[in-house]
Amino acid sequence: MFQFILRRLFWLVPTLLAISLITFLVMHATPGSPLQPTAANANPLPPEAQANLMRQYGLDRPLHEQYVIFVWKAVRLDFGNSYVYRTREVTDILAATFPVSLHLGVMAMGFAIIVGVPLGVMAAVKRNGTIDYIASIVAVLGVSFPNFVVGIFLIVIVVLVFPQIFGFHIIPRTGGWESPVDWILPTIALGLQPLGILARYVRSSMVEVLHQDFIRTAQAKGLAQRRVIIGHAVKNGLIPPLTIAGPMFAAVATGSFFVEYIFRVPGMGRFFVESMSSRDYPMIMAVILLYGVFLAIMNLVVDALYSVIDPRIRLS
Amino acid sequence: MGVFPKRGGDQAATPGAGVQSQAMRSDALLHAARPHRTLWRDAFSRLVSNRLALFGAIIILGITFLAVFAPLIAPSHYAYQDYGAITQSPSREWPMGTDLVGRDMLSRMIYGARVSMAVGLGAQIIVLLIGVPIGAIAGYMSGKVDNLLMRFVDVMYAFPQLLFVILIMSMLGRGLQNIFIAIGVTGWVTLARVTRAEFLSLREQDHVLAARSIGAGPWRLITKHMMPNALTPIIVTLTFGIPLAIFTEAALSFIGVGISPPTPSWGGMVGDNQSYIRSYWYLSLFPALAIALVMMAFTFFGDGLRDALDPRSGKR
Repeated sequence: MFQFILRRLFWLVPTLLAISLITFLVMHATPGSPLQPTAANANPLPPEAQANLMRQYGLDRPLHEQYVIFVWKAVRLDFGNSYVYRTREVTDILAATFPVSLHLGVMAMGFAIIVGVPLGVMAAVKRNGTIDYIASIVAVLGVSFPNFVVGIFLIVIVVLVFPQIFGFHIIPRTGGWESPVDWILPTIALGLQPLGILARYVRSSMVEVLHQDFIRTAQAKGLAQRRVIIGHAVKNGLIPPLTIAGPMFAAVATGSFFVEYIFRVPGMGRFFVESMSSRDYPMIMAVILLYGVFLAIMNLVVDALYSVIDPRIRLS
Repeated sequence: MGVFPKRGGDQAATPGAGVQSQAMRSDALLHAARPHRTLWRDAFSRLVSNRLALFGAIIILGITFLAVFAPLIAPSHYAYQDYGAITQSPSREWPMGTDLVGRDMLSRMIYGARVSMAVGLGAQIIVLLIGVPIGAIAGYMSGKVDNLLMRFVDVMYAFPQLLFVILIMSMLGRGLQNIFIAIGVTGWVTLARVTRAEFLSLREQDHVLAARSIGAGPWRLITKHMMPNALTPIIVTLTFGIPLAIFTEAALSFIGVGISPPTPSWGGMVGDNQSYIRSYWYLSLFPALAIALVMMAFTFFGDGLRDALDPRSGKR
């Protein structure tokens, strides 16, 4: 186990190098430069000023040298100053905004697990019953509705429809991130997709498990249905859905950009999109690497968890 | 319901098994007497008997119709601005209202179908052209080429696809053509992986070995003996890629790096108008509904197609 984790952490290094190299090449191979003024129709900077700035930011060096310098500094978590927010270091901006995004992501995943897993289990136990239909509707909605569409729907329902029908404003608000009340709608918008996928997977894997012989044995020896399901079936039925946890983390992580945009959450999303279009090289590299590390660690945790839950699975 | 009982033991142990097995036999006879059908005819009949898939197909056809004949159906041109009628609520004259610069929302919605359908179908053609050859070569050659490709695929999987698409788009600039490139460059990975897996197992099969032994060359082996057998998973993967591509375009346009205005795109319309949702809800609600509807239709259709082409998978 320990060896497995070590080896995976070791493999993280070449993966991150490859990711940063691809990002670096895409950034520099395409036309456009961070020295172009961002305002439309603005006059370009005089060539001398451009040359000075290039020197200041080290952009005049050959590409391979720039990349080596970047890697050398990145190892010590030094990503330099943002090109857009010139007074702030990239790491400062990320330290202020990443926790917010992470908070939102964790709540969305928690919501998806707390609602999605029981929904899938109940749907499998009472197949073709009311709960099963509800679960499949939720699954379809979650899988096919992008989170920003869900966000729009939620705002329309909560802000426009509810007050008109019931004559008062219900609690959830649609902007900011100050109080737990503000957290409700973004969490639902971001969590609905993983919830739907999870419910769908849990249901199909539970249906499979419920058909197996050991379940019949448990029933035959007179266990209550409740104990059969919770004690015997759920334990086994939840293992396959774990495999999709990796892609689900990715969906939640990138999805949070859109949800943050709609609900004005002060997370990383805003900076990310802005940094892309204004060619804020240090910011782009840092954000993409941060996501690479985050995803890799999440996948590692999932794989490790996999073998803890099911000892039959050997890590290799 | 299969023709043969899944667990023979069950049937023998239950009372009235004789009657049941008799019924089974007549059932089997009925199926044996069924006229001969090809795989595709068989799949087609399964597809049209699936109500949800049919529903999806009808919606897809309807939206395609709107997209193709947009100039004939739309009441006005998508960029026509009527300054005498800005932000009109939905009424008889403007069924979906008008936007902030007096453009008819209904016309923009109808033209918006063009972008979504073009991206959904067009990007899949690029994905097909890149993914299948690479996957086929890797699977057919196996060994070193395969290893190299799989390492690259691992890296591509290690960073969120949407992040990479946003990066490419903000570097290349807005436009339909660039969206095709961005989705094509990132989307082929899954298809290549699926094709490779199929080819790896096919190359070991007897009919391929037989063809090889009588001197069939690589080209003939791939196109005549392996490709037809790998077609089902390729088609299913491509179909599931369509809603993903539509989502990607909508998401890109939503954050402002997708289609360049004034060309209407549903995602762009949601993104442009979402700040005014409290005052003009219809400006973002209708495009959001359209995105949800088209993605749901393709998801239903994809599910149905998968079940039709491979009856063993999917619902139990």
